Amino acid sequence: MAAFGSFALLIALALAAYNLLAGAVALRLIATGQPARISPERLADTARRAGTAGFVAVTAAAFALVGSVFANDFSITYIMEHSNRALPAPYKFAALWSGQEGSLLLWALLLGIYGFVLRLTHKTDVKLYAYAGTILAGIQVFFLAVLCFAAPPFALYQGAIPDDGNGLNPLLQYPEMVIHPPMLYLGYVGFSVPFAFALGALMMRYPGEKWIKVTRVWTMVTWMFLTAGIFLGMHWAYAVLGWGGYWGWDPVENASFMPWLTGTAFLHSVMMQEKKGMMKSWNVWLIFSTFLLTLLGTLLTRAGLVSSVHAFAESPIGTWFVVFMGIVLAVCVFTYVLQRSHLQSEHHLESLVSRESSFLFNNLVLLTACFVILWGTLFPILSEYVVGNKVTVGAPFYNRVAVPIGLFLLFLTGVGPLLPWRATSFRSIRRNFVLPVIALWVTVIVCLAVGVRPWKDGAFDTGNFYALVDFALAVGVLTAILSEFLRGAGVIARQTRRNLIVATWLLTRRNTRRYGGYIVHIGVVIIVIGLAGSAFNRSVESELGLHDKLSVGPYTLECVGFTQDSNLNYNSEFALLDVYRGSKKQFQMSPEKRVYLVSGQPQTMVAIHSVPAWDLYVVYEGTNPDTGQPIIKAFLNPLVGWIWAGLAVLVFGTLVALVPSLSPATAALRVPARTAPAEPALKGGRL
Amino acid sequence: MAVCFSLGATDASSRFNDLGHRLMCTCGCAQLLGECNHVGCPESGRERNELSDAIAAGKSDKEILGSFAAKYGATVLAAPTGEGFDLLAWIAPFAVFGAALLGTILLVRRWSVGRTPAAAQVQDPATDALREKIRRETGSDGGF
Repeated sequence: MAAFGSFALLIALALAAYNLLAGAVALRLIATGQPARISPERLADTARRAGTAGFVAVTAAAFALVGSVFANDFSITYIMEHSNRALPAPYKFAALWSGQEGSLLLWALLLGIYGFVLRLTHKTDVKLYAYAGTILAGIQVFFLAVLCFAAPPFALYQGAIPDDGNGLNPLLQYPEMVIHPPMLYLGYVGFSVPFAFALGALMMRYPGEKWIKVTRVWTMVTWMFLTAGIFLGMHWAYAVLGWGGYWGWDPVENASFMPWLTGTAFLHSVMMQEKKGMMKSWNVWLIFSTFLLTLLGTLLTRAGLVSSVHAFAESPIGTWFVVFMGIVLAVCVFTYVLQRSHLQSEHHLESLVSRESSFLFNNLVLLTACFVILWGTLFPILSEYVVGNKVTVGAPFYNRVAVPIGLFLLFLTGVGPLLPWRATSFRSIRRNFVLPVIALWVTVIVCLAVGVRPWKDGAFDTGNFYALVDFALAVGVLTAILSEFLRGAGVIARQTRRNLIVATWLLTRRNTRRYGGYIVHIGVVIIVIGLAGSAFNRSVESELGLHDKLSVGPYTLECVGFTQDSNLNYNSEFALLDVYRGSKKQFQMSPEKRVYLVSGQPQTMVAIHSVPAWDLYVVYEGTNPDTGQPIIKAFLNPLVGWIWAGLAVLVFGTLVALVPSLSPATAALRVPARTAPAEPALKGGRL
Repeated sequence: MAVCFSLGATDASSRFNDLGHRLMCTCGCAQLLGECNHVGCPESGRERNELSDAIAAGKSDKEILGSFAAKYGATVLAAPTGEGFDLLAWIAPFAVFGAALLGTILLVRRWSVGRTPAAAQVQDPATDALREKIRRETGSDGGF
C-alpha cells in the first residue's frame, strides 16, 4: 500500500507539472498568436485532461493512506505515529489530517477536487478556465512536491515494525475533529480558486466583470466552509480543552481568522466592482492577500515561528512555504504591474455618506482587524529581533485592541445596507435610521435599569462598557435589518394581497443575494451578542466529597458519586453531580477525565448543560492525591449558545444567497394579428 | 441580556481572576495562568499560590506583574507592557487604523469634489460601451 501511495503521488506530481507547463505554453501561444506545430487549443485540452487525471492519482494516494490506517499498517511511519489498533473507526479517518504529512495530503486532495469540478465546468468560458486551471496546477505542483520530497506520508518505519501504533492525539478524539479540519481546509484550499480566476483574468486582460460572477459561488462556498470550520474549531476548543472559553487568540486560530477577514472584505468590495466597475485593483489585491494568508497560516503552524498550542507539527517544510509564498507574491506583483492599466476604475465615489463609501469603510475596518491580528501574531518575533526581548502577545492585547474595531464593524453592518447607492439625503437618513436609533437607546436604558454599571466603584469597567455598547448596537442593527425586510415585504403584501410572512418569503426569493446577505448579518449580530456574554462569565472551583455542594449562579451542584472506568482505549475518572435550582433537582451531570492507554495523555471531557441564557460548564479537574476526592470546576457562561445558533443562521443566509433569484415569470402570449382590412374597404367599398 | 447583567460582571475573587488572565503559565502550554488546567502542570499551581500571596500582601497590580516579570521573564506577561519598544505593539494598530481612516476620508472627498473631470478619464468610448454591454449581459441580479 505504501508503494502504491507513493507511486500515485509521483504520478500526480508529473501530471500536475504537465498541466502547468503545457497549459502555460498553450496560453502563451494563444495570447501571442505565434505559429506552432501543435494546435495551442489541443495542447490546452491535454493540459486540462492531465489535471483531471492528476485528481484521480491524488485521490488514490489519499485512499491508500486511509486504507493503511484501517489495515493497521504500522510499517508506515505516519500510521504508526497517528493511529493504533483500538482507535475507533471514525477517528481512523481523522488520522488522515492529524499529522503534518496527512494534512498536506488532505490539502492536495481538496485542491484536486476543486480543480476537478472547475475543469468539469470549463465550457462556461474555455479560455478563462484554462488560465485558472493552469494556475491551480501550479499550486498543486507545490503541494505534491512537498509531499513527495519533504513530508512523504508513506515513508517507511525504520527498524522493527511495532505491533501497535502510538495512537491519535487524545485532543483529536472528539466527534468535531472528524469534520472541523476538513471544513477549515475546504475554506483554506477553496480560496485558491477565486485567486486563480483573479490572477488568470488579470493575465489575460479579461474584459468586464464576468470572472467575478463566475467566482462568486466559489468564493461564497469557500467563505462558508472557512466560517463553519473556524466555529467548529471554537466549539471543539470549548468542549474539549476545558478552560471555559472558545477562542484563545492562539497564533493558529489567528492564522485561520486572517484570511476570513480579507475574504469577507473581498465578498463586500467585489459588489462595487460588479455594480460600478470600481475598486478593481483593490479587489485583485484582496484575493491575492487572502490566498497568501492561507499559506501564511500553514507556515506559522509548520515552521514553529511562533509558540502555539497547535504547534504539533513543526518541521523544516516552513522553508518550502516561504519560498512558495515568495514566488506567488512575485508572480502577483509582476502581473499586476504589467496589467494594471486594465484595472482602472470606471467610476469614483460621489459622497462620503453612500453605500459605496460604507463598503469602503467596511473594508478598512476588516483589513485593520486583519493587520491587528497579524501584528499581534508577529510582534514577538519583531521584538526579539529588534530589542532581543521576546514578549507574549495574548488575549489581553487582542481583547483591548480588537474589540473596539469589532464594535465599529458591527455599527457598519447596520448602517451600510440602509444607505442608498451614490449619495443620500437627510430625509432618507431620517426615514431609515429613526427606528434603529430608538431601539439602540432603549436597549441602553434597559441595560442601565437592570444593573449594568460601566463605571464601577469609580473605575471604568471595560468589560461592562463594551458589553453595553455591544448589546445596544446589536439591537440597533437587528432593528435596521428587520425594518428593511418589513419595508420590502409590506410593499409586496400590498401588491399581492398576501400576508407578511408569505410576502417576506417572496421578497427573499426575488433577490436572494440581498436578503440572504441580510440573513447573514442577522447571524453575525446573534454571534456578537453571544460573544459579549463572555464579559459575565463566572467560575468556582472546589474539591467535592460525597454529598458536598458547590454553587454557581442559580445552580447548586451536589456530588452523589465519583468512580473509575476503563476500556481498550482509555481509563477514566468521573463524578456524578446532581444539579439543583432552588430546592428542585433539575438534571445530572458527569464530567470526566480520561487517560489514554497508548499515549498516556490525559483528556478532559467537559459536561455542558446549555440553555439560551447560559451554559453550565463543569470540568473534572483531577483528583486530590491526599483525599482521593474529585476537584470540580464549574463555570456559568452566559449566552454561549447564541454563538452556535448565530453560526446556523449565518450558514443558512449564505445558502439563501447562493440560490438564484426568482425571475419574474414571463410567457409568450399569442395575440391574433389585427385582421388586415380588405381591399374593397381600402377602396371605400363595404366591409 | 438582562440575565447577563443581573449576574454581575465579576465576583469576589475578581482581582485574582483578572491578574490570572494577565499572566501566562510558564510550563510551555501557551495558556493563560487563569485558564491553565492540564493535569500535572508543574508550574501553574505554584504561580497561582504566588499570585494569591501577593494579593493578600496588599501589593498593587503593577507591583505583582513586575515581580512576576522579574522572576520568570517578560514572556510571563500575557500582553506587552506600555513601555519602551512594547509601546509600539499598542500604538501601531490604532495608528494604522487612524491613518487608513483619514486617508479614505480624504480620498473620497477628493473624488467627490473633482468627480466631473475624473469621470472623463482617458478611456476609449468603444471600450466603455463594450464594458457596459458586458456588465448588462453578465451582471448581477441585484446584490446589496
